[in-house]
Amino acid sequence: MKPGSHMKPGTARRAAFIVVAVLLLASPMLVSDFRLNLLAKYLCFAILAVGIDLAWGYGGMLTLGQGVFFGIGGYCMAMFLKLGEVGPGEVPDFMSWSGVEKLPPLWEPFASPWVALPAAVLLPMALAAGLGLLVFRRRVRGAYFAILTQALAAAFVILLVGQQGLTGGTNGLTNLRQLFGYDLADPANQRIMYFVVVGVLGVVFLLARQLVVSRFGRLLLAVRDGEGRVRFLGYDPVKVKVAAFTLAAGMAGLAGALFVPVVGIISPALLGVVPSIEMVIWVAVGGRATLAGAVAGAVLVNYAHTTLSEQLPSGWLYLQGALFIVVVAFAPRGLASVGDLLRRVRGRTSRPDTVRVPELEAA
Amino acid sequence: MTHSEDRSAAEAHSDRGHSEDRSAALLEVSGLEVVFDGFRAIDGLDFSVEEGELRFLIGPNGAGKTTLVDVITGLTRPAGGSVRFAGEELVGRREHDIVRLGIGRSFQTPTVFDHLTVVENIDLAASVGMGWRAMLRRRRGIDGPVGEALETVGLEAPADRPAGELSHGQKQWLEIGMLLVQDPRLLLLDEPVAGMSREERTRTGELLQLLCQSRTVVVVEHDMDFLRRFASKVTVMHEGKVLCEGGVAEVQANATVQEVYLGRPERRTEEKTTPTVTTTAG
Repeated sequence: MKPGSHMKPGTARRAAFIVVAVLLLASPMLVSDFRLNLLAKYLCFAILAVGIDLAWGYGGMLTLGQGVFFGIGGYCMAMFLKLGEVGPGEVPDFMSWSGVEKLPPLWEPFASPWVALPAAVLLPMALAAGLGLLVFRRRVRGAYFAILTQALAAAFVILLVGQQGLTGGTNGLTNLRQLFGYDLADPANQRIMYFVVVGVLGVVFLLARQLVVSRFGRLLLAVRDGEGRVRFLGYDPVKVKVAAFTLAAGMAGLAGALFVPVVGIISPALLGVVPSIEMVIWVAVGGRATLAGAVAGAVLVNYAHTTLSEQLPSGWLYLQGALFIVVVAFAPRGLASVGDLLRRVRGRTSRPDTVRVPELEAA
Repeated sequence: MTHSEDRSAAEAHSDRGHSEDRSAALLEVSGLEVVFDGFRAIDGLDFSVEEGELRFLIGPNGAGKTTLVDVITGLTRPAGGSVRFAGEELVGRREHDIVRLGIGRSFQTPTVFDHLTVVENIDLAASVGMGWRAMLRRRRGIDGPVGEALETVGLEAPADRPAGELSHGQKQWLEIGMLLVQDPRLLLLDEPVAGMSREERTRTGELLQLLCQSRTVVVVEHDMDFLRRFASKVTVMHEGKVLCEGGVAEVQANATVQEVYLGRPERRTEEKTTPTVTTTAG
C-alpha cells in the first residue's frame, strides 16, 4: 500500500461535512423557492432519521413508531400556529365546523410558545422514556418491540382521527399561515425557516456524532450486539436503551415541530404505520450505524419520491418496495455498502491476494 | 447454625477486612434448588468458598455446574435456597447488580463485542461505574489499567482491530483481560480452556494463574491435566448435589467419584477425564 495515498479518515470526514454544510447554506442561491421548500422538508426528515439511526442502527431497537413522536412534535407546533391566528375567545376554524364553540382545555397552554415549543420535544421524549422503561425492563426486544411500536403508531392515528373536534380528524391541522406573526407563504420567511432547519440539523448531527464516538456510543453498540453480555460487565442495558430511544423520540419531535411551519400542515396520513415504516427505510437505504448515511438516505429517498411522483405518480410505491428489497438482500449497509464494494474492487485490482492482515502488510 | 453465627460475626465488622474473611465463607450457597420443567438441575445443594481460595468444580455432563454459576450470577432464578456473597443475599438481584458487588464470570464460549476493537472491549469493562458525563466523552488514548490488561493478555498488537477478527484463543484472553481490568473479588470461570489448542491452553493456564493470585476463583473444568496444574481443592458435583470435596488426589481416589465417571452410559463424552481418573487411582 502506498503511504500517503489515503487521507486520514477523520480529515476526510471533516472535509465532507464542511462541503455538505457549504452546499446546504448556498442552496437558497442555487435552487428555486419551491425546491428550497422541498429541501427544507427533506432536512426535517433527516433530523428524524438521525434519531432512528441512533435507536436502530446503533442501539438495535427497530422502532416502527417514530411517526408518533414526529406527530406529537408536529401537533404541538400546529396548535401553537393555529392559536396564533385566532383572536381571544375564538376557536380555530375546524373546531367551529365540528360544533366546538369553546377552546378545549388541552389546547389552552399551547397558545404560549413557552409551552408549545418545549412540549414538541419533551412530550415525545417523556412518552418514549415511559414506554422504554416499561418494555425494556421486561426484556421485550427484536420483532416484539417492532410490533409494539407499530401498534402504537396505529393506535395514535385512530386516536387522532376519532377526536375530530380536538385534532381536526383525518384532515389534521391545515392552513397554517403564520409563525410569530410572520407570513409563512412569504419566500423570504421560508428562506429563514430553511436556515433554521439546516442549523438544527447541524446541531443534532454533531450531537449524535459526539454520542456515538463517546464511551456511551461504544456501550450502545455493545448492547446492540450482546445485551446479555453487557449485563455481566455490570451495566444496566435498560438505561442505555431508554436513553437512546428517548433521544431518538426527541429528535423526531423536533423534526415534526420544524416540519409544520415548512410544509404548513400536519395530518394523521403523515405519521401512521406506513410513514413510520418509510422512515426506517430511509435509514436502511442510507446505511445503518452511519449518521451521514441516515441524513443522505432521508434526503435522497424523499427527493426520489418527489421526482418520481411528478413523472409517474403510481411508480413510487413499486420503486420504494424494490429499493427496500435490494437493500435488505444485497446491501445491508445501504449506501455505505457501495463504498465498501468500490474499495474491495479497487483493492482486488491492485493486489490479487485478498489477505488483509495489518501486520502482514506492514512487514 | 454455625453459618448464622459466622454471618452475624461478619456483619459486626463494618469494614470488609480480613477479620471477616477468616470467620465466614465469601460465597455461601445453601439448600439451593433449581428446577427446569420438572427436572431438578440442582437439588438441595450446599456449597461454600473461602476468601482467597481457588476451587475447581467438576462433574459429569448435566451435574449442574454451569447452572450453579448461572444462579450465582443472577442468570437463573432458583426455586429455593439462598446464595450469599460477603453477607449479601444474591437471589433476586439483577445480573449487573451482582457484577457490581464484585462477582465476575466468563462463559463457555468467549463472548466479546465483535464490532468493537480489542481496546474498546477492555475499556468498556473498565468504565463500569463511570459517571454519565465521563461516559459521554470520547476515549482518549489508553488508560493505565486498560493498557496493563492489554499487555498482560498479550493483545497489544491487535489492540485496534475489531474483536471479531480474533482467533478463539485470543477472544478468550480478551475476555480474561476484561475480567482483569474489572478486578472482581470473586471470579467464576466456566470451562476456560474448552476448545483450545495445546499452546493456547498453556498460555491460558498462565493467565489464569495470574488472575487467581489476588482473588477468589471458582473454575468449572473437565480437563484433568489442567486441573492438576493448579492442585487445589476440588468439588465434585453429581445430579445437582455435591458428591465429594477435597484435594485432587483425594477426589480422584474416591470410589464414588470413579463410579460416577466410569459407570455412566455416556462415558464416551467423558473420555478426556475418565482415563486420568483410573490411572491416578490405580
